[in-house]
Amino acid sequence: MEQKDIVLDVRKLNTSFISDGATVHIVKDVSFQLERGKTLAIVGESGCGKSVTVHSIVKLLPQNARFTAEQVLYRRLDEKTGGITEFDLAKMDPKGKEMRSMRGADLGMVFQDPMSSLNPVYRVGDQVAEALMEHNRGMKKSEAREKVLQMFRNLGIPDPERRIMDYPHQFSGGMKQRVVIAIAMINNPEIIIADEPTTALDVTIQAQIMELMKELQLNMGKSIILITHNIGLVAEQAEDVCVMYMGRIVEFGSLEQIFENPLHPYTKALLRSVPVLGLADDQKLETIPGATPNPASLGVGCEFADRCPERSEACSAKNVPAYEVEPRHRVRCIKFSQFKEVD
Amino acid sequence: MPNEKELIFSVQGLRKWFPIQKGMFKRTVGHVKAVDDVSLNVYKGETLGIVGESGCGKSTLGKTMMMLQRPTGGAVLYNYGDGNFKDITKFNGKEMHDFRKQVQMVFQDPYSALNPLKKIYTSFEEPLKIHGINAKAEREKMMDAVLKMVNIQPDYLLRYPHEFSGGQRQRLCIARALEIKPRVLICDEPVSALDVSIQAQVLNLMKEIQKELNLTYLFIAHDLSVVQYMSDRIVVMYLGKIVEIAGKRSLYNNPAHPYTQALLSAIPVPVIRREKKRQVLRGEVPSPINKPSGCAFHTRCPHRTEICEREEPRLIPDQTDPEHLCACHLYNKTAA
Repeated sequence: MEQKDIVLDVRKLNTSFISDGATVHIVKDVSFQLERGKTLAIVGESGCGKSVTVHSIVKLLPQNARFTAEQVLYRRLDEKTGGITEFDLAKMDPKGKEMRSMRGADLGMVFQDPMSSLNPVYRVGDQVAEALMEHNRGMKKSEAREKVLQMFRNLGIPDPERRIMDYPHQFSGGMKQRVVIAIAMINNPEIIIADEPTTALDVTIQAQIMELMKELQLNMGKSIILITHNIGLVAEQAEDVCVMYMGRIVEFGSLEQIFENPLHPYTKALLRSVPVLGLADDQKLETIPGATPNPASLGVGCEFADRCPERSEACSAKNVPAYEVEPRHRVRCIKFSQFKEVD
Repeated sequence: MPNEKELIFSVQGLRKWFPIQKGMFKRTVGHVKAVDDVSLNVYKGETLGIVGESGCGKSTLGKTMMMLQRPTGGAVLYNYGDGNFKDITKFNGKEMHDFRKQVQMVFQDPYSALNPLKKIYTSFEEPLKIHGINAKAEREKMMDAVLKMVNIQPDYLLRYPHEFSGGQRQRLCIARALEIKPRVLICDEPVSALDVSIQAQVLNLMKEIQKELNLTYLFIAHDLSVVQYMSDRIVVMYLGKIVEIAGKRSLYNNPAHPYTQALLSAIPVPVIRREKKRQVLRGEVPSPINKPSGCAFHTRCPHRTEICEREEPRLIPDQTDPEHLCACHLYNKTAA
């Protein structure tokens, strides 16, 4: 794979939070690559650090967070010349001009709860136009309005001329999420980060929204980071999969590698604990014993060791590096220590 | 499926309308028909699953069947054994007290279902006291027994709810509901607040307990794959009405109602390299205040005909499988 096909290259990202004077590591040595025009899914249970990872990339972290990274390299493709411009987001000031111009224009975000990501006292059309005019100073209002209308049409919002004058409370949950997607897409960003975009929605609406995102991706060649805990969505949407547990990527690979040849015990257990339609009558679901540990009281070694059915002495001796088992298939488990270590 | 089909609940034309009041004199200007003319049977020892999207009235149905909400109309007959049916909607306080000994409920959010200021011991002791177990030693014996059933150590009784994880709390809630040895458990979204790995633990536990105690479950959830895993029969609701009732095999293999078909196809399947024919529904669930005329689903239905807008379909059994009922004009025609 050529370098220019990797739109986002994250290396050794660490984020910790300071609470009550103690430092709690939430994201540890996370490295991944996002390919241009592809969807990368980050899966894991609540509290595994998947949201903090992407919030660290766009640098929307609370005051008590501490962030370091070797690099968060973003490669912008100039569509006319085909040239590549590189930006290291890790070195930018979170409040600086440069970072502000990135958010929204190059990196679009869709959050979980559409109810709270829209301002209840502004008209939805104005909220979408604001995102557009923020990055295109001097754009005429009428021109912005046209673009917003076009966006609403693309997203299948009926009667857009009337709807842009409505307030968020006049929209249903699925329609609100479309508005949030409109805000994320209006500047034609290279990367769309979708943090549990359909968790608050019903399944039939979820199917609509996911189909819409897939369509936009196919038509406009966008790269998507999809954060979810729904294994089914991953199977249908993603090309690459990152499995996270307690702040680490325990396994990374293509969709086929993860689903057909899962290597990490956690990935295996996660895949088997989901109820699937059409299970045999007396088939039992597999469970992972115990509960996720408290991130503040973790010792050294593999975070999954005390719940793992295949643990050994060596698991808790030292932190486990990632091993590359097949090309692009990395797993953080000492069972594979005969393979090449990668960072 | 239970061998001898003993009826335990018979719900007949149950209705729960919430009035919408406006103006100074609180004039009733309309109704939200959360549950509208629902009839169903629950048999002993089975799990009846109830699915539907948010706002379809599934939770209201569960609450009304326990009289946590007074119904606007209809009857809920409960079998006290040997065909001794009583209509619980007409119960007085004393009768209701006895009825609640037989039917208990588990709620969605295990965080708000346990009093955070009281030790688990106090929360567990209360239902036993209310239901007249006065000897402390006996109460403690019963508490230990249910905790053992949900795999929680008895000495945890002296802890507070915040010391437990979500999965443990939901297990505690189930244990508390089981204390007074009910015959029926109404579970309202018991696992939707839990992570997948924890969800599997709780679901397996519930199945084991059901086998051990021969319980009857009413399992309300929005996740069809979870409901399918738990249930023997499934009820699909849309805007306060039942659109389809069937055994789980039958519902999964031959969904009859277009809404059920769409619901099944909308679920993302964690299997790759399988050609999926997805039927994406256009539009959204209409408001329950102004329900569409005729069949409530006609605004989104891909097979809509002109009769659907005029006439409301009735629940009609399938020709080959009398257990499989569906409310749709598509099938009505072939029957007539």
